[in-house]
Amino acid sequence: MISPEEIKETLSKAIPVTLVETQDLTGGGDHWQLIIVSPAFEGKALIEQHRLVNEALKEPLGDQRIHALSLKTFSPAQWDKLGS
Amino acid sequence: MAEDVKSRIDENVKNNKIMVYMKGTPDFPQCGFSAHTVEILRSYGFPFASEDVLADPAVREGIKRYSNWPTIPQVYIDGKFVGGCDIVHELHERGDLEPMLKSAFEK
Repeated sequence: MISPEEIKETLSKAIPVTLVETQDLTGGGDHWQLIIVSPAFEGKALIEQHRLVNEALKEPLGDQRIHALSLKTFSPAQWDKLGS
Repeated sequence: MAEDVKSRIDENVKNNKIMVYMKGTPDFPQCGFSAHTVEILRSYGFPFASEDVLADPAVREGIKRYSNWPTIPQVYIDGKFVGGCDIVHELHERGDLEPMLKSAFEK
């Protein structure tokens, strides 16, 4: 189990994030869906963006505090395009 | 990873414009994520090759090392690892998958 605050803190230590939205998918605190916007994603394929996030969250993923992770990642440009 | 497994994966990935490592077969997928991935790919009508990792434990482990990615299914387009179910779904939703497939087949 992990808190949304801890997810945000752990992520932002590893990569610059302009937006992190967390959704606890089961209410158990270990299945999360994250929406992340980061300039670090600029020009990277989705798989590389997801690798960055998995790497940043390696510890809570490794010790099973996060059991399942569903990711939606965007560079700021991709995110802006989505909103318009 | 054994050399023969690696070279078999290499060949499949390079010789097929779209290569899918999945659980089960496209007609009889054995996992919801594999099923969804195949469903998306089929919607575009491009031919794709697949291998059932459940049929070969060496490939099941080997493919994870090959891509340095822990889960199956795994989709390769034009020789490059694209992602699993989540990413294929997301690319499909964003409208980015079709141009990738098209450009692979135009080559």
